[in-house]
Amino acid sequence: MTDETLPQENTEDIEVVAEREMTGVASIDALIEAFPDVTFTAHSYASSDVVYHMISVPVSHWVDITQAAFDAGFDTFVDLTAIDHFAEAPRFEVAVNIISMTEVQRIILTTRVPYDNPTVPTLTDVFVGANFYEREAYDLVGVVFEGHPDLTRILLPDDWVGHPLRKDYDIGAIPVEFKAGSADL
Amino acid sequence: MTDASDTTPEDADVAVEENETVADERRRLHDIWVSGTEERMPFAHATDEGAQELLPREQDPALVLQQGIAVEDDYVEPIVAIDEERQIINIGPQHPSTHGVLRLQVELEGETVRRVKPIIGYLHTGMEKTAETLTYAQGSTNVTRMDYLSPFHNELAFSLTVEQLLGIDVPERADAIRVLMTELNRVASHLLSSATMGMDIGALSMMIYGWREREVVLDFFEKTTGLRMNHNYIRPGGVAADLPDGWEDDIVHLIKAVNDGVDEYEELLNENPIFLDRTIGVGVLTPQECMQFGISGPLARASGIDFDLRKVMPYSGIDKYDFDVPLGLHGDANDRYHVRIEEIRESLKIAEQIVESIPAGDYRSPDPKVTPPPRKRIDESMEALIHHFKIFTSGIEVPPGTAYQSVEGPRGEIGCHMVSKGGTKPWRMHWRAPSFAAVQSLPTMMTDTLIADLIAALASTDPVLGDVDR
Repeated sequence: MTDETLPQENTEDIEVVAEREMTGVASIDALIEAFPDVTFTAHSYASSDVVYHMISVPVSHWVDITQAAFDAGFDTFVDLTAIDHFAEAPRFEVAVNIISMTEVQRIILTTRVPYDNPTVPTLTDVFVGANFYEREAYDLVGVVFEGHPDLTRILLPDDWVGHPLRKDYDIGAIPVEFKAGSADL
Repeated sequence: MTDASDTTPEDADVAVEENETVADERRRLHDIWVSGTEERMPFAHATDEGAQELLPREQDPALVLQQGIAVEDDYVEPIVAIDEERQIINIGPQHPSTHGVLRLQVELEGETVRRVKPIIGYLHTGMEKTAETLTYAQGSTNVTRMDYLSPFHNELAFSLTVEQLLGIDVPERADAIRVLMTELNRVASHLLSSATMGMDIGALSMMIYGWREREVVLDFFEKTTGLRMNHNYIRPGGVAADLPDGWEDDIVHLIKAVNDGVDEYEELLNENPIFLDRTIGVGVLTPQECMQFGISGPLARASGIDFDLRKVMPYSGIDKYDFDVPLGLHGDANDRYHVRIEEIRESLKIAEQIVESIPAGDYRSPDPKVTPPPRKRIDESMEALIHHFKIFTSGIEVPPGTAYQSVEGPRGEIGCHMVSKGGTKPWRMHWRAPSFAAVQSLPTMMTDTLIADLIAALASTDPVLGDVDR
C-alpha cells in the first residue's frame, strides 16, 4: 500500500477553510457554546435558497457532539457514509447527515481518521438507524465502528476480501475466454 | 469386496485427498476472482455464517427501539421463550412478496413472528464504485438504474448535486419539465405500489388496475424520453430534450385517466372489510421510530410526521406550485395506502398547474461548460464540433468540493452525497437510498405480529431492492 509512506497527521488538527460564518441557526450556536474547546469549521452550501452546514469535528468528540446536536434538536437521522480521501493525510472521512425537523436545518458532521487506525466510535447509541449505515461503511470502505452491536458485512458476502470503495481497490474484471473466432482455429 | 481391516491408513488418506480435489474443483467454479489477489480465498459457507446468522436473542440490536403495537394473539400464550418451540425460516430471497431479492430470516413461534433479520446484498452491483468511473455526463445513466421505479428522481438528485458543485442554474422551463416528470414518476410509482400491495394481501384485481393506469403514465414517458424506464432524461444542465408536440393534451388525458382510476381503487378498497382487516394496525411505526431510523416520505407522513422536502427544502422551484401534503395518523399499512393515494392526486394537481403555467424558453442551461452547441452550429463551425466532442468524450469539468442534495422521492428522501476533487469524474458518490432505511426498520415493524401481517407490512413499506443494494 502506498499509503504507509504518507505522513500521518494528528487527526485533532483538521483545518478546513470556513467559506461562510455560521450565523442565525440557534441550535448550531448552542452546539458551539457547549464545546468551547473544540474548533468547529463549517462550509455552507446554498442551492435554491436551501442552506446546509458541513461541520468538521475531531474524532475524540464524535459521539459527544452528535449527542449534543441530537439534544439541540437535530433528532432525525438521514444518512451516514465514509469517504476514502486517498493520498491525503487523515485518509478516511466519516460523514453523518442529520436534520432538525422543527428548525428545518440540515447539518453534516464529518470527522477524519487515519489509515493505520481507521476507528470511529459508533453512533448507534444516539441513532439506532446508524446501524445499517455503519455496517455499509465498514463493508465498502473499511472504517471500523467501535462498539457497534453487529459489525458484519452487509452488501458483500462474508468471505469477501478487501473494501471495494477504497481508492486502491482495483475495479477488477472477470477474464473472458474466447473460444471461437480465433485465427489459430 | 475387501474387508475393512484390509484398508490401510495410506488408502484413507488418498480418499480424503480425492474428496478435497472435488471440493477444490467446486471452489474454483464458485469463487469470485478479484484482480490483484493471487491467493484463492478459503471456502466459506456464506449462507449460514457471520452476517447471515441470527444473533443470540439477548444481543439482537434490532429491537432497541420498538414501540409500535404488539400483536394481540389471544391464541398464543405469552410464554417465556422455549427454544424448541421456535423455528427459524427464511422468506426470500426468491419470493414474490418480498418485492425483489430481499431475504428475511424469521424466528417463528407458531404463526407469530418473534424476530426478523433482513439480509440484503443479493442485488449489489457496486454502482457507487461504477459512478467513480463514469463522467458527470454519463453519471445519470448509472443512477437512474438504482431505484428503478423512480428513475427521474434519481436523475434529478444527481443533476442537482452536480449543478450545485458547478454553481450553475437551469432555465425555468427546464425546472418546470423536471418537476412535471418527477411528479408523474411519483404517480407511476405509487400506482405500482398500490397495485402490488393489493396483490400481496389478496386483492388480486388491484394488480391489473394499478398497472393499467401506470401504463398511461409510462406511455407519456416513452413519448418524451424514448424509454419506459432508465430514461437518462434529466441531465446536469437541464433536460435531454424538450417536451413532445401535443404534450399538453397527453397530460390532460393522463390526469383524467389516472384520477378516474384512483377513484375506482378507492371504491374497491377503502370500505373493503378484508382489506381493512389486513391493513389496519399492521406494520406500525411511531414518529420517534421514523426519526431514529431515517424513515422519510410516505412512511413517515403516514406516522404523522409533517415533513416533505418539496415544502421545507424545495428544489427546482417546486414551491411555486400549490399542493397539499397528506398525513396519516396511525402509521399503519392502511394509512400508508391512503397517503399514497392522496399523493397521486396532489402530484396530478402539480402537473395540471404546469400545463397551465409552463414558461417558454430553453430547456438547457446556456452555460457552454455543460451544454453542447446546437446541432446547426456543428455543421458550420469546427470549434463547435470540437466543443461537442469534448463534452461527450472527456466530460464536464467540475471544481473540487463536497455537495449534498436531496429530492423527495416516492419512497422518501433520495440524496446524493458527492465529493469532487476536480476533473470530469466524481471522486466519491454516496447514494442516500430511502428503501435502505425502510428495510432497516422492518424488524421494528414486524416483531410480535402474525406472519400474514409481515407480508402486509412489507408490501406497505414498498422497498425497491435495486435501491437498497445499489
